[in-house]
Amino acid sequence: MNGVQVAAPPNVWQMYRSMVGVGLLCGLLIVTVFLTTRPVIERNKAEALQRAIFQVLPEARSSATFRLDGEGFAPLEGKAEPGELIYAGYAEDGRLVGLAIEAQGMGYQDVIGILYGYSFEKDAVVGIRVLESKETPGLGDKIETDEEFLKNFERLDVSLTDESEIANPIVFVKHGQKTEPWQVDGITGATISSKAIAGILNRSTAYWVPKIRRGLDDFRRTG
Amino acid sequence: MSGKLPTGTTGSTDEFVKGLWRDNPVFVQVLGMCPVLAVSNTARNALAMGLATLFVLLMSNIVISSLRRFIPKQVRIATYILVIATFVTVVDYVIQAISLELHKALGAFISLIVVNCLILGRAEAFASKNNVMRSILDGLGMGVGFTFALLCLGAVREILGAGELFGIELFHENFQDWVVMILPSGGFFTLAGWLLVFNWAKQRKEPSKAERAAAAATSAKLEVLR
Repeated sequence: MNGVQVAAPPNVWQMYRSMVGVGLLCGLLIVTVFLTTRPVIERNKAEALQRAIFQVLPEARSSATFRLDGEGFAPLEGKAEPGELIYAGYAEDGRLVGLAIEAQGMGYQDVIGILYGYSFEKDAVVGIRVLESKETPGLGDKIETDEEFLKNFERLDVSLTDESEIANPIVFVKHGQKTEPWQVDGITGATISSKAIAGILNRSTAYWVPKIRRGLDDFRRTG
Repeated sequence: MSGKLPTGTTGSTDEFVKGLWRDNPVFVQVLGMCPVLAVSNTARNALAMGLATLFVLLMSNIVISSLRRFIPKQVRIATYILVIATFVTVVDYVIQAISLELHKALGAFISLIVVNCLILGRAEAFASKNNVMRSILDGLGMGVGFTFALLCLGAVREILGAGELFGIELFHENFQDWVVMILPSGGFFTLAGWLLVFNWAKQRKEPSKAERAAAAATSAKLEVLR
């Protein structure tokens, strides 16, 4: 410290060599792994989405992707394109069962991403599935497992007044106070997380349901 | 560490075995507490985290010990972090490819393996001073010890907190889950419990030493009194 011991001057070239060399090797390794795992990861994601679609639309046997195109919906073929996507589910005989819609919103810890099923026949949300959440294990993550809570979404009314607005927007109520079919019965101990789900559904249905009602014919399978 | 034989079979086996029990990274060295407390809420997460750490530790030990003559002292920590971060990124992609569910559960903690002081600690204290073979053994031993410790915590917390082990229901459905064990505070309780068990076992193993010291103290006191 006080000049008692004079250290050998650091060899700059050696330091460059080791940092740049190791950096290059590491970069190469990362790129190789990224490229080899990417197709598998993409396939996994697509499969997870497919499974989720069939979960929120239990009657569906096949699905197709549509993109919001101005006022109507256009089927999407091949690779994903940017835009607002929506998934239609069809029964074995080709009958349109309903739509699966992705939605996001802020939860207690981080963004919660969900997929919910909408049925034209029942005019209601018929199932939800949490795709992405970091809610507290043991408390907030009950939104994925609590049976009573999930019962809310077996038939959650979102009928329209005059093709443009939802008659009764989805609202959150405290546990055990649900009286109307458009209310979401919360979970005690996971109030914020369950409220977040109700909020996400409220916003997303207000946006989508009038649009998909108008574009109903776009989803029908001809033949 | 310095008193050990540098080579020979007994020495090599010891490099592996020491991490399992005597120098266990969690229960004895108390290193890498962030993932230990955060990701041990279920046995499955604990096992995955342990294996991910084991892999990163092993690979970084191999690379660092084989490059130890090329890395100047001044930039060694930066180089170690670079190597460790690379393998963590690799693990991140591989886990995503194996299971998205698992990746979701481990969340941010995979990237935090980079700052797990166990890995940097072994790189600095062992791999940078020993040959590749011994570093492999050391990495394996420490990694297995870390995984074992995480599993100990994860199993206890999952059994008490959710009534399950590896997702298999263990009790009658009337079992009241002890939710606090899955929450962060449960991690501290469980860790404290295990540390208690480990220290108790250690003290029982060498009672003679403590007793001898106590006996010596008493006799010294008696001497004084006389």
